[in-house]
Amino acid sequence: MKVHNNRAWLLVLPVLVLVAVSAIIPLMTVVNYSVQDSFGNNEFFWVGTEWFQEILASERFHNALQRTLLFSALILAIEIPLGISIALAMPRKGFGVSICLVLMALPLLIPWNVVGTIWQVFGRVDIGLLGYGLANLGVDYNYTQDTMDAWITLIVMDVWHWTSLVVLLCYSGLVAIPEVYYQAARIDGASRWAIFRYIQLPKMKRVLLIAVLLRFMDSFMIYTEPFVVTGGGPGNATTFLSIDLVQMAVGQFDLGPAAAMSLIYFLIILLLCWIFYTVMTSTTEQDATAAGERRHE
Amino acid sequence: MAGIELAGIAHRYHGNDAYSVNPLNQHWQDGGAYALLGPSGCGKTTLLNIISGLLSPTGGKVLFDGQDMTGLRTEQRNIAQVFQFPVVYDTLSVAENLAFPLRNRGLEKLEVSARVKEVLTLLGMTGRGQQQASSLNADDKQKISLGRGLVRTDVNAILFDEPLTVIDPHLKWQLRTELKKIHRQFGHTMIYVTHDQTEALTFADQVVVMYEGSVVQIGTPQQLFDKPQHTFVGSFIGSPGMNIIRCGVDGSDAIIEGNRIPLHQSVTATGDGLELGIRPEHIQLSGSEGVSVEVTVVEDVGKHIVVRTRLAEQEIDVIVREGTAIPERVFLKFDAAKLNLYQDSFLLDSDP
Repeated sequence: MKVHNNRAWLLVLPVLVLVAVSAIIPLMTVVNYSVQDSFGNNEFFWVGTEWFQEILASERFHNALQRTLLFSALILAIEIPLGISIALAMPRKGFGVSICLVLMALPLLIPWNVVGTIWQVFGRVDIGLLGYGLANLGVDYNYTQDTMDAWITLIVMDVWHWTSLVVLLCYSGLVAIPEVYYQAARIDGASRWAIFRYIQLPKMKRVLLIAVLLRFMDSFMIYTEPFVVTGGGPGNATTFLSIDLVQMAVGQFDLGPAAAMSLIYFLIILLLCWIFYTVMTSTTEQDATAAGERRHE
Repeated sequence: MAGIELAGIAHRYHGNDAYSVNPLNQHWQDGGAYALLGPSGCGKTTLLNIISGLLSPTGGKVLFDGQDMTGLRTEQRNIAQVFQFPVVYDTLSVAENLAFPLRNRGLEKLEVSARVKEVLTLLGMTGRGQQQASSLNADDKQKISLGRGLVRTDVNAILFDEPLTVIDPHLKWQLRTELKKIHRQFGHTMIYVTHDQTEALTFADQVVVMYEGSVVQIGTPQQLFDKPQHTFVGSFIGSPGMNIIRCGVDGSDAIIEGNRIPLHQSVTATGDGLELGIRPEHIQLSGSEGVSVEVTVVEDVGKHIVVRTRLAEQEIDVIVREGTAIPERVFLKFDAAKLNLYQDSFLLDSDP
């Protein structure tokens, strides 16, 4: 009979305490708020799922969710292909490698609010290089008044800030491909496209999964940059879920609905990440299962 | 299929002063099975990549059937090459992998599937065409790499770069036999790079031995064994390799540490750098006559006994049959007909 040694739990305890303090307790606080209504003097009333129903039914939430989804979709649609192309074009050896890597890493080192400030100033029609330049070229550009301009500014800013991450991840995947694959491809007479499709892309799959997940989560939760650049405007045109949430929680001090919204927000991110992960790893798992079956034969 | 001619081919890697492949001329006959044998780093793979066009040589020309190929890209040379480590296209199935080189060349669909079917049979993988290539084990992956070389009927040559390194030992023999069979059946020009003498000697009709960037001998396995043109060939081939013993020469006798060894005919050799080469198989142990030596180790390797002896500072290995009694005082008798005399590592041609 197996003897269970319960002292093992003691070894898990430090991690458990850390996770409890950093994640579980704050999360449960939010859960606590989401099912109660609060008044002054710390008075709370149980309201059940009322806040959730209210949030899910509200047009304000729907609009913010749609804007956020659109923003993430555009970011992924631009940054992933662009990142792959840049990574493919980067040199593999020589002094150019370090130059490229340093240049690529630069935007990643800038704090979010600084990025926001840079673009806020950059795009201003009166003093910003971009805004002033465009105005002088006769382009009617004003991100504080025009919805389209605001969106373009935010997307260009995010592409400028984060494409490097995709590039660096893809580049690390590319340089890990042994030279012999390219040699074999030349022997087999593969075209440039075939090399990309059958060697480079499959070998980049794992890093691409990480890139897609990170870029999706980050863009879906984006707060600081649009807050600094557009403040959610013009009107509500760039009010993403995060900005909406902060307005509700801090601006209006509606703790109950804000907590309910936080949880819904969290679950949406979790769900979408799970879908991305499942779809992108499904082929790999098939392979693994096939290999496993063969081993049993 | 084509005969391959290397004219003054030489290669120096970027930033290196020394040649990786010294200028050499070499002819590979159409339909021949060659092995390119040598230790790691002697330039075998470099030479192979020059033939296939993966590497452009620093100097010299590559000719296929007299046509200059030096400036042509790999794709245009119509060469098949199998590498040391298996290369499969992970997202494709086994059949699609085999079809890949044909599809890239725009062959008809029907022709492609017929060829793929043939190669699957050849590899003993019938019925596994739909399997995902990434799920194969290393042996099967290498078979697929091999199959992609064999699927094209019109290749000028098939080059193998130590293709059996990752293969299980018991499969090695099987695949090598398979390769020989394929060679007999289709008559492709085949060049097989290896550092394993057994592989080279069993695969090839002609073995080309490379050493430090130069071809030191080309010959049949028998020639390499009996008359190594270079002391390196002697010591590289055989297990243990040929004994290379420093010596002097006086008339028709070689002199080793004061002992006179009669050569089977007189040679005129003067100066330094003389060495006597004799295979361990061609020395006999004796209890009374010959060169007196000191036994250091006796190794019984199963099929025979290796006796390692020492004469002054020089080591001499002897192979004797299982069950031979080792005398108390050991003398060595050399088979005069099997003695080779070397000067500055190269064989002195004793035949007029």
